[in-house]
Parts: sequence; C-alpha cells; structure tokens
Amino acid sequence: MPPLLRLILRRVFWVLPVALGVVTITFFAARVFAGDPTELYAPPDATDALRALIRIRLGLADPLWVQYIHYISALLRGDLGMSFSTNRPVLIDLWDRLPATLELGFTGLTIGILLGVPLGVIAAVNRERWPDFLVRGVTLGGMALPQFWIGLVLIWVFFVTLNWLPGPVGRLPVGIDPPSRLTGFMLIDTLAAGRPDLWFMALKQLALPAATLGLTTLAPIARVTRASMVEALQSDYIRTATAMGHTNRTVWFRHGLRNALLPVVTLIGGVAGHIFGGAVLLESIFGWPGLGQYALQAIDSSDFAALQGFVIYASLLYVLAFLVVDILYMLIDPRIRQ
Amino acid sequence: MTAALLSIDRLSGGFLGADGGIAPVLDAVSYDLMPGQLTAVVGETGSGKSLTALSVLGIQPPAFRRTGGRILFGGRDLLSLDAAAMRTIRGARISIVFQDARAAMNPVFTVGRQMADVFRLHHGGSARHAMDRAIEALGRVRIPEPERRARQYPHEFSGGMAQRAMIALAALICQPSLLILDEPTTGLDVTIQADIMTLIVELCRDQGLTACLITHDLGVVAETCDAVVVMHAGRVVETGSTEQIFTAPAEPYTRRLLAASQLGEPV
Repeated sequence: MPPLLRLILRRVFWVLPVALGVVTITFFAARVFAGDPTELYAPPDATDALRALIRIRLGLADPLWVQYIHYISALLRGDLGMSFSTNRPVLIDLWDRLPATLELGFTGLTIGILLGVPLGVIAAVNRERWPDFLVRGVTLGGMALPQFWIGLVLIWVFFVTLNWLPGPVGRLPVGIDPPSRLTGFMLIDTLAAGRPDLWFMALKQLALPAATLGLTTLAPIARVTRASMVEALQSDYIRTATAMGHTNRTVWFRHGLRNALLPVVTLIGGVAGHIFGGAVLLESIFGWPGLGQYALQAIDSSDFAALQGFVIYASLLYVLAFLVVDILYMLIDPRIRQ
Repeated sequence: MTAALLSIDRLSGGFLGADGGIAPVLDAVSYDLMPGQLTAVVGETGSGKSLTALSVLGIQPPAFRRTGGRILFGGRDLLSLDAAAMRTIRGARISIVFQDARAAMNPVFTVGRQMADVFRLHHGGSARHAMDRAIEALGRVRIPEPERRARQYPHEFSGGMAQRAMIALAALICQPSLLILDEPTTGLDVTIQADIMTLIVELCRDQGLTACLITHDLGVVAETCDAVVVMHAGRVVETGSTEQIFTAPAEPYTRRLLAASQLGEPV
C-alpha cells in the first residue's frame, strides 16, 4: 500500500475514537458546569408542572446516562440533535455558519503565511542586523498582544477615527441582503451573482477582521521561519549551493527555505486548526456570524446539542489539519516518504 | 616558467571572538597552483589548509576575518571582487568537492535535479537537456544505472556513490579550470578511497584540470600528486615537488609528518 494511502486510512480510523472521546467529555462537562437550561426557557412564574414539561421537551428528564445513549445513537445516524436556542437541527446551524468562519480564516491565514514566511526569511538572512531586530521586535509584539485588543485598536483607528473602513457589523453592511448561497464565500457568491458592488462591500467588511487574524498569525509564523532558516542556512548543502555559483535568492529560497519548512508547516497546521475552529473573541468583536460566535452563544445558553456539535466539528478539523500537515511533510521531505 | 593559475599571496586572518578580538589562524599563507598540476595541501586538522581553500571561493565561515593578503586567479584578486563578480567565478571557473558528499547535497532534491540546476546555471539550455547532461556525468563517474540514480535523493546514495556524484557535479557539470578537493576521501572505506582517488586523477588528466587536493593522507599524495604544500599551525612550512618532499624533506615538521604517516595506517 502506498505510504500516503496508509497514512490517510490510519487517520480516518482515528477520527471516530477522537470524536467520541471529545464529545463524551463535552457531554458530561457541559451538563455539570453549564447548569440547567430549563430556567432559560421557562417563564419566571412557571409552575413546577410547566418546568417538568419543558425538561421533557428539552430531553433533560431522563437520567444522564440515558440522555447520553440517546445522543450517541442519534449521532451514529448522523443526527447532531436540535439546538435549544435556534430550534433548528445543529447540523444546519453549523452548515450555515461554516462559510463565514472559513472565509475569514482562509483570508487571515493567507495574509499570515504570505507575510510571515518572507519576513522570517529576511530576518534569518540578515541575522543580528537591523532587519532581523525589526522583525523580531514587531513579531514579539504580535505574539504578546491579545488578538481581541489588536482587533479593537484596528476598529478604533480605521473605523472610528479615520472612517476608511466600515464598522464591525458582520459580513455585509446592515440592511444589505446577501446573494444566494453558492459557495457561502461572500467574495465568490457576490461575483457569481454579478454584483461587484456587493463584492466590494464584503471585501471592506472582511478587511479588518482578516487583518487582525493575519497580524496575529504572521507573528509566530515569522518567528518559527526565522529560527528554522537560521539553522538551515548553516548546513553543508547551503555552502555547496553557494560554491556552485547559485544566486543568493536561489540559495535562500530554493535550497534553504524548502528545508526550513517542516517546523513552519507544523505550526501552520496548529494555527489553522485554531482559526477554522472559529476565532471566538474575534468573531464576537466583529459581529462575524461564524462558528466561534455560535459556540459562544451555545455555552451562554446551555445549548448542549449545539455545543457538542461544535466540539465534534472542531475535533474533526484538528484531525484534518494534522493529516494535511503530514501529507505536506511527505511532499516536502523525501526522507519521510519512505 | 609558466604562470600559476592560482596564487595565494601572504593570506592572513583569524576568527572573530566574542570579545571583538581576532584569534589568528592563518599567518601569511602563500602557495601557487600550477596549471594542469595536481597539488596537494597537507597538514593536520586545524592547520588552516581547508580554511585557505574555502577562502578562494569566498565560502569561509562567517566569523573568519582576513587581515591581509591576496588570492590571485588569472591575474585578478578574488578577494577584491564584489558578490556578482564572485558568482561568475564560483562553479564556472573554480569548483569544489566537499568532504561529506551526502551532507553537501540538498536532501530535498534528487541528485539529478541538483546537477541539472547547476548545469543550467552555467550553460543554460532546457531542463531536459540539463538532466541528460547530469545522467551522462553520473555515468562518466561510473555510477551504475545513472538514469535511475539521477531520480534518487542523496540519502539513497552510499557515501562513496555520493562522492562520485559530487565529483561529477563539481568537475563535469561545472567544467571549471580549477577544482578544489577538500578531503574528498575522508570518512570513506579504504577500498572506496582508492577508487575515488583513481577517478579524481583520471578526470583531472582527461579534462586538463588544475586541482588542489586538501588531505591529511600522505599515502594518497605520494601516489597521485605533482606538487605538495605542507601546512602547520596556519603557516606554509614547505612547498616542493612530490618527489622532493618525500625523498628530501627540508623542514623538520615535514620529516615528522612523513615519519608519523609511516607508523600506522593513514586514517
């Protein structure tokens, strides 16, 4: 069996136990720590009989382990249950909100990679000179400052003070109807609908949250790239490449960077899992209707099925992210392929 | 008397310490490489023989600071060239074979690809043509199944095979006029060492190469080289023809070195 196929099959095999594990932990932890949601759905003057009825409707009347078995057996049929607060199947809720998180995540991650990797290379080849100090200083700031704070500062500068960009009200300005869903990606669907005006609006809405995500992502990427490049540049094969007459650019990018990429890819995998799991605070600040916001609301309202659904999604996402990382490893380094 | 192809002229320098001072390691090193000759530079580890050779290509460790001297190649001082001018010398005019060939090749590219890249850099042409030249060069250094080998990565090569590929790259792909060999057989099995030296001598004769063999293996030197430069503690102790050095060494250090090499097996 080719190593790639074996790797994928092994990971797919692991998806089930991982998802079952996290959902079990979430199931019980939520019920222990988040409290009884009955109060949230009962009027203040509800009678005990009404409360009991609500508990039955919410599926909370049975003993915990019966609830758990009901939930797992439904889950095995692909049913994630109903959300208490939206009264819709959790699967539909997740599906609705997924594109917002993905679009923001892809944009932010792309900014982070496209800026972070070159900055790391620039710092490494100018080691202990001013470009290195500059990159290290800026990225230290990017790592130390909380993401939500950077987001708030950007809003304050570009919306409140300069008014160059729209306020944090989600994916489109208030009162603007989104185009019909094709991919769910606003920047694609608006173009598909032949609405460049909407495309531009969506782009401006996306600019600040994506910039925040990009800035906080580029910092660790640049630092890991720098450290890994510094090491690679001291290798014998770099000396050979120089001795054979290759230009600095070829030596750095073709010979150095390719070898320095493994730790960078690992980091990006972890960051991607984090980002696509919904940047919870960031989505809240920017009114971004993504999965992070959904999860936060679910916790807030003891919406068990919604919370569990999100956790399952996030765990699958991490398994997928690290599968992609491992596949990239094999593509980057021939020594891992065998 | 013909002019030297490369003249190292009173090269001095040292390593920059953490305190900003320079610890001297080369003290007015001077020697000439005559065209068409295979010159050995011998000496113990730390005598400065490799450092001098790396300085010719400008690939010495970054902590090295030159304090004086010139390296004349075709009448030009290599140490005065800017980066772009130096790149026209590297590979194309002066090339080098390193000690640990498997580490000296990039682990993430196939051997053929690395050779083809260097071929295109110096000679241009299509990628396919360059790969054909790479395969041809691997065949000429007697690597069996060169087409298949060209598609393999350095870690799939044995040490001896990798060194053959490195020699093919430095001598046949680059086609330089001067080839530096920095301890090319160190770390290889004794039988393979002999094969590699035979190959090096053969290629130098065929290509009319001037070569500089840096080694501490005097046995190899006696059999293959035309001239010898003896270095010790950052200085050139003695230079002469191989015959001269082996039969009538003038300096006590040279005599000690010769005596030591006959005591045990050369390492």
